[in-house]
Amino acid sequence: MIDPPVLERVLSEALRSGGDFAEVFAEDRSSASALLDDGRIEELSSGRERGAGIRVVVGETTGFAHTADLSENGLLRAAEAASAVARSAPAGTTAVAAQALAGSGVPTTRGDGEGPRPGSKAESLELLQRADDAARSTGGAVSQVQAGCGTSTRRVLIANSEGLLAGDEQARTRFSVSCVAVGDAGLQTGFESAARTMGFELFDEISVEDLARLAAERALAKLEARPAPSGELPVVLAGGSGGILFHEACGHGLEADHIVKDASVYTGKIGQQVASPLVTLVDDGTVGSEWGTFAVDDEGRPAQRNVLIEDGILTDYLWDYLRARKEGRRSSGNGRRQTYQHLPMVRMTNTFLLPGTDDAEEIVAQTPHGVYVAKLGGGQVNTTTGDFVFGTTEAYLIEGGKITEPLRDANLIGNGPEILQRIDAVATDFAMTPGTCGKDGQSVPVGCGQATMRLTGVTIGGTAG
Amino acid sequence: MSAGTEELAAMAERVAGWANTGEDVEVYVARGTETEVRAYDGEVESLTSATSAGIGIRVVVDHRLGFAWAGSLDESVLQETLDEARDNARFATADEHVRLAVPDGVEAVPVDLWDAGLAGVPTARKVELALALEAQARDADPRIRQVSSADYGDASVEVALVSTTGIRSLGAKTSGYLSVGVIAGEGEGSQTGGGYSVGRGFDGLDPSRATDEAVSRAVRLLGATKGPSGRSTVVFDRRMATTLLSIVSSALSGEAVAKGRSFFAGRIGEEVGGPGLSLVDDPTDPRAYGAAAYDAEGLACRRNVLIDGGILRGFLYDTVSGSRSGNASTGSAVRGGFSGTPGPGCRALTLAPGSEGWDEEGVLAAVGDGLFVQSMTGVHSGVNPVSGDFSVGAEGLVIRDGRLAEPVREITIASTLQRMLHSLVAVGSDIEWLPGIAAGQTLAIGDMQVSGT
Repeated sequence: MIDPPVLERVLSEALRSGGDFAEVFAEDRSSASALLDDGRIEELSSGRERGAGIRVVVGETTGFAHTADLSENGLLRAAEAASAVARSAPAGTTAVAAQALAGSGVPTTRGDGEGPRPGSKAESLELLQRADDAARSTGGAVSQVQAGCGTSTRRVLIANSEGLLAGDEQARTRFSVSCVAVGDAGLQTGFESAARTMGFELFDEISVEDLARLAAERALAKLEARPAPSGELPVVLAGGSGGILFHEACGHGLEADHIVKDASVYTGKIGQQVASPLVTLVDDGTVGSEWGTFAVDDEGRPAQRNVLIEDGILTDYLWDYLRARKEGRRSSGNGRRQTYQHLPMVRMTNTFLLPGTDDAEEIVAQTPHGVYVAKLGGGQVNTTTGDFVFGTTEAYLIEGGKITEPLRDANLIGNGPEILQRIDAVATDFAMTPGTCGKDGQSVPVGCGQATMRLTGVTIGGTAG
Repeated sequence: MSAGTEELAAMAERVAGWANTGEDVEVYVARGTETEVRAYDGEVESLTSATSAGIGIRVVVDHRLGFAWAGSLDESVLQETLDEARDNARFATADEHVRLAVPDGVEAVPVDLWDAGLAGVPTARKVELALALEAQARDADPRIRQVSSADYGDASVEVALVSTTGIRSLGAKTSGYLSVGVIAGEGEGSQTGGGYSVGRGFDGLDPSRATDEAVSRAVRLLGATKGPSGRSTVVFDRRMATTLLSIVSSALSGEAVAKGRSFFAGRIGEEVGGPGLSLVDDPTDPRAYGAAAYDAEGLACRRNVLIDGGILRGFLYDTVSGSRSGNASTGSAVRGGFSGTPGPGCRALTLAPGSEGWDEEGVLAAVGDGLFVQSMTGVHSGVNPVSGDFSVGAEGLVIRDGRLAEPVREITIASTLQRMLHSLVAVGSDIEWLPGIAAGQTLAIGDMQVSGT
């Protein structure tokens, strides 16, 4: 995208008025999506965006500017704008040499030698039609189907004043289906999606018909659903039901930006027992082609596997460049940004609980009364208090150790540090699910994973008193 | 409005002029600048200055729609984007309702949303204001132990929309805000609160207002415990009311209704709430945060009555959803910038107040006993605007004898949107326009299920 000599001149310009660190992040992203709704191919959309974000760090202060103009002049102007914060700092001349990190080059995130397979528009349409047919044939009560197929390719290039030069090409493909079913008690909805860091080879691995049927069945099941209970009950989360529990209950609280501002319940707790001994929590940006996978993060650091909680003991936080530098350590490869127009922040990648040794069916059988959550929706956390919620989109009552009646959607609420202590069984049936994580106005793709597990008590926010 | 807007319009006209015979083209061009200053611990944590521009093009050929966008206004990009939109149109299903807007004769009400003074404010003054905000929040109360964020931000956006069907609309808007987040208390007894001051520009932003709000919201939650379960009347503060109305609004979208994705579908003329429920969307009110002269298809924005005295009177339509249900557009198209296509949506919802001079205190006194909610979580995961199921996490204070009493946290409140509309027991006249598509006004809703201990 940009030649190394140009990068060197831009970085030098960025530090001309002084500063400790400068970085150029360039991005070229193209995306395409197709939407089927109400039985029609309603819209095909294509987008293209490219530009660079330049940051200059002076002491505790970061200056940031971005531009869609990738010419040398455009970049120099952005560098000058970003360096405005350094004007009052003591001037120093910094010579900058960008040199490739050993062996980094520009890897593609797909490491098997074959690049991602681009899909054609016609192929997208065929997949959407197949999903529509499958969803509608699941049951006569399915009244509406919306299906979307989207792909994006994102090339990034990062160079900084410490001599780092790195790049990555990330292809992502996502397919989703949402259904409405109509019954005597009104409308209900069901949703399912598949998303991986790859091209259209996604569709060699998943069946859009299965996905559509799952979404339709979810909506149909809820037509008969009774209101969710209200109050505290044991909860069994199905393997791969979302994993969002850990993302919200502790993942965000382990992000170093919250830690250094003392805005997390996990501040100062390294080495302490923060969860049940059954909990080993990992954040790993290198896992296969999961939704939160990449080769290098948006600060040019290779993705890596980070063990955050081991057998219930808090072992580490998640780090980006800036926060790690303050602590005199290396970034953990968790510096991410939505686009070149955003500053990087500490973000999760694929966050998951390692599987345990219990049998999933046995866990249900040994729960006399509770709620079984087959699928979770989104969630939200206040890292300072640790209070978090997560919503169910497919849940059932457990009565006498058996899964019985379907329940209407509800949020569950808990406190992170308390809930993590209440995990008393973890099964072997591990699975990952894709999601979108929002923080401070920026969205990034993430993965979540867990096996079937039981929480001894969670507050369920239903309407049945 | 600046001269730059006319320049954008000229560019949009030029691109629309490239339309082939038999094809309709709509060109949306936008350009913006923004500044953001974040202060932390007496210093500038980050200073962002940015400009951005982009184009979104819709092409309709034989009732087939294609769309493409680009985050650039480079000459080379313009033709490429048009070509791509044209190619996308080939793949869409032909649909007699798919068409671009045509002028409908409704005159736009001019609203002035441009603060010409903003462009002349030096960055140094913005930095000073952010630092002052942070310092003020830190010193506001001995129980504040951390200011987790203190931001100044401003933006100016200019847009031009031109189509081969006769649409030509220009818009320009500036905005400024202060936002502060504080942490009160110690260790696990910590509580958080946020506060804002918003305006059309730099002048008038008030750090004291933002700080007072953030501090009082955090401090009054100190010592909060998990409240008891039971049925209760819930009072939503103005900020939460904005969120609630925004959720209800998605069920009033003519598109959701036409596609059977709204619990309001087929209920025009029916009773959807008590006689005290009247809901209007009026973007021509210049005080509204979402005020606009033109909608996202270039038609004049107008006042639309949605619910009147509890009776459902209408939905909001853009051109396509209107045609699909046999109605004209209500001038209610919205879009998320140049990378999105238009769809119907609200901009400025308000509920008719129950009585004049009813502020938060008045509503609390009228309710007597219940739960006051100042923050909700899980709104996106726990509220389903199709089925109407409603379940969210909440923090707030118990209402006893018409006054705020002890704080509660880690509870949920649940009902259905349908039932909530029927159970509206008080609507405040304390209208405050907060960022978003609905007014902030204190609301009380009866008979909600609270889950706690």
